[in-house]
Amino acid sequence: MKKNYIIAGLAIFVIIVLSPFWFNMVTTPMAAPKPELLGKAATTKKCVLDKYDMRANHMSLLDTWRDSVVRSSDRKYTAANGHSFNMSLSTGENSCLGCHEDKAKFCDSCHTYASVTPYCWECHTNPKEIQ
Amino acid sequence: MNQKYLIPLTTVFLLFLIAYTGVQGAGLQVFFGIVFPYLAVIAFLGGFVYKVFGWASSAVPFRIPTTCGQQKSLPWIKQNCIDNPDTPGKVFLRMLLEIFLFRSLFRNTKAAFNRNESNKLAYSWEIFLWLGALAFHYSLLVVILRHLRFFTAPVPACLTWLEYFDGIIQLGLPGIFISGIVLLAATLFLLARRIFDTKVSYISQAADYFPLFLIIAIATSGIFMRYFTKVDVIGIKTFTMGLVTFSPVIPQGVGGLFYAHIFMVSVLFIYFPLSKLMHMGGVMLSPTRNMANNTRAKRHVNPWNYDVKTHTYEEYEDHFRDKMIEAGLPVDKKE
Repeated sequence: MKKNYIIAGLAIFVIIVLSPFWFNMVTTPMAAPKPELLGKAATTKKCVLDKYDMRANHMSLLDTWRDSVVRSSDRKYTAANGHSFNMSLSTGENSCLGCHEDKAKFCDSCHTYASVTPYCWECHTNPKEIQ
Repeated sequence: MNQKYLIPLTTVFLLFLIAYTGVQGAGLQVFFGIVFPYLAVIAFLGGFVYKVFGWASSAVPFRIPTTCGQQKSLPWIKQNCIDNPDTPGKVFLRMLLEIFLFRSLFRNTKAAFNRNESNKLAYSWEIFLWLGALAFHYSLLVVILRHLRFFTAPVPACLTWLEYFDGIIQLGLPGIFISGIVLLAATLFLLARRIFDTKVSYISQAADYFPLFLIIAIATSGIFMRYFTKVDVIGIKTFTMGLVTFSPVIPQGVGGLFYAHIFMVSVLFIYFPLSKLMHMGGVMLSPTRNMANNTRAKRHVNPWNYDVKTHTYEEYEDHFRDKMIEAGLPVDKKE
């Protein structure tokens, strides 16, 4: 093969490998979302999991809750800190969104940043949107 | 037990432990998370470019395409365009199919003795290496592309589509990605083939097992982080975005498993240009595939040919004419 073709191909390969670097130079990367406690959550200060566990593990907890509610109609969850909660994403005062009132901040900001599209909202609705 | 796979296996275990204990015990997050990955990218690109340059400046003196079909001949004889290309366009098509579909692997055969009484040596079509290789390479590609979500913000739509199709079975939370499972299964299959098929086992060296074990360990640690032990994804994305924008930060609370994952990926990148994994670049340059078989239509002169000093018959006769005439030998020119 002609040497020029090989070098052209090699240059394209290097550009592709370095794409994460130059992509963020030509576009302005979105800043990482800063988690903050708003509304009722800011005053209540008790949650189903502790902070790191909540960030890493909330999806598994919601998954077990779903099975528990749908299959054995058990809606009561007692957290490690002794408080009990209603196993619900969006219904009532004692649910996730009952305390963390702002879905855009509590759910969407991180999900958008990490490019996660959970299918929770295909069935559930944000209580704020109904009103 | 066989040292050819025990040594690579032990090495991969050690690599994992070095990073895991280095972070959990010694708090070396900066080294394993920032310094080493940057070094790995430099070593990978430098090594890759060096290797390909070396190949590019090697002479390819002979036209040696391997062909598996009818050559271009008289107009009423049908040519096999893909397996015996005679123009650059057909070579391009052949290369494209080779690179994306591994056609030469598809033709893989195996030799075995018949299991019946005749016990004759027989050759049969063996498709599983091709299937395993195809599953492995494509799932690895998808896994690598999916990881770009950690290096772009906002994530381009093509990556979210890829994630959507990869996670289309919507099993569990976080949802299962098909590519991760296929990657692990395919590498385990390719490993099992090397270990249990005695003929393949006989020709397998440590350099064949090491990348397999390393990729298995990387895939396993990734799967563990996603589905079992769980990590703070936002913290990790802040970290990876810091790496690619040259302002690295160490995330709070992210444990040794993540750094072991990053470290093993970095080792794979450094190892890449030193090893048989360079077939990624080499496949493009294989002289038996990327040449047109047009030796009958076109004269190819070996570029290594230099002007050889020849002594023609005319010169010979000029030299010895007197002596030849004297000895009575016939000559072309009398004077």
